[in-house]
Amino acid sequence: MKRGIAAVGAGMSLASVVLLAGLKIFGVAWAATALQAATPETVKLQKSASQSITPKVFVPHHGIPAPPGSTLKILYSGYQFRSAATKAMQDDDFSNPGMLALDPASAEWSHVEGTAGKSCASCHQDASKTMHGVGATYPKWNARLKRPVSLEQQINLCRTGRMGAKPWAFKSENLTNMTTYIRYQSRGLPVKVQTNGPMTPWYDKGKKLYNTRIGQLDMSCANCHDTYFGHHIRADMLSQGQINDFPTYREKAQHLVPVEQRFIGCMKNVRAKPYKPFSDEFLALELYVASRGNGLKIETPGVRN
Amino acid sequence: MTIPRFRVPATAKRGDIIPIKTLIQHPMDSGFLKDKSGKIIPRMIINDFECKYLGKVIFTAKLEPSISANPFIEFFARAESDGDFEFTWIDDKGTVTKAKAPIKVTA
Repeated sequence: MKRGIAAVGAGMSLASVVLLAGLKIFGVAWAATALQAATPETVKLQKSASQSITPKVFVPHHGIPAPPGSTLKILYSGYQFRSAATKAMQDDDFSNPGMLALDPASAEWSHVEGTAGKSCASCHQDASKTMHGVGATYPKWNARLKRPVSLEQQINLCRTGRMGAKPWAFKSENLTNMTTYIRYQSRGLPVKVQTNGPMTPWYDKGKKLYNTRIGQLDMSCANCHDTYFGHHIRADMLSQGQINDFPTYREKAQHLVPVEQRFIGCMKNVRAKPYKPFSDEFLALELYVASRGNGLKIETPGVRN
Repeated sequence: MTIPRFRVPATAKRGDIIPIKTLIQHPMDSGFLKDKSGKIIPRMIINDFECKYLGKVIFTAKLEPSISANPFIEFFARAESDGDFEFTWIDDKGTVTKAKAPIKVTA
């Protein structure tokens, strides 16, 4: 049996050598005729065609100077990279589908739940006053837990710790709606995330994760969003990867997308294994990415492709 | 749960062309997508929209699959006299969602 296979193998390789040789001869002959046919003019044309394939870079008009220590020079919101139609959708509060989250969330705000018989409003009263500017500072240092927490984690901490209710699941409508509702109260205010003091190790960890190549495509966040923003990635335009609009309504997903879900999407795109939702890795990454946009105005709920 | 939203100007002059915007929260499952276990998600869309003004049907729309979630419909009407704009959305389950918007018309 073994010998049989070997014989077939030998036969095949012989045949392929002959075939290759034939092709080679044919190839050389074809190349020779092609060279003879090519006039200097056509050669010139081919050259200029190859030179014209330089990537076009889109530079938005409205940016703000980056904070000191940033790898970017000018900060642009993801809004600046989108089409006029998408921008118009976000600008009009009526046509912005992300606004649909606000009504159910404001009802949930005063909905009593859990063993303590409390709602969000029991402690925080009127969200439009008490939550003004709060969403802009997350992820925020929690002195009691001695670690930073994201806005989603803080909502669940309140639910389990103060209300005695069950935490909401990642990507659940309730959690995303409530996150949107709280961030919406800070719309128009600049992102203001703390990066110094006790946050330093978390910031450094996030920065390291951001710049580490991962996945089968061996790409880091920085490869696209620091180096090539304004360039096309297939049919889409790369932005700086700012998260001042999150949770954002994605036309692709047709629902509001929390920031960690967007991270998971990017990680899958480079064929990496995503971190777990609400993990320390995502928290550090969210902290770094949010601080990268310190100064940009909050747009929640944004509308993106 | 479907939450309709609509925007009709509160007042208008007689003969004015006024823009009317409506938006309803709805998943608009096309019936072509599969869930994680490979089962087809059954079609569940808003298939009919109607707007009445002064008791008369002034605008209808027949919606088909592949219209995005949360359908947004904008159209125009001529203000004639005081009355209500009545909106009706009907989905595949037969759920009827109704909404009303009054308008005051000045001469």
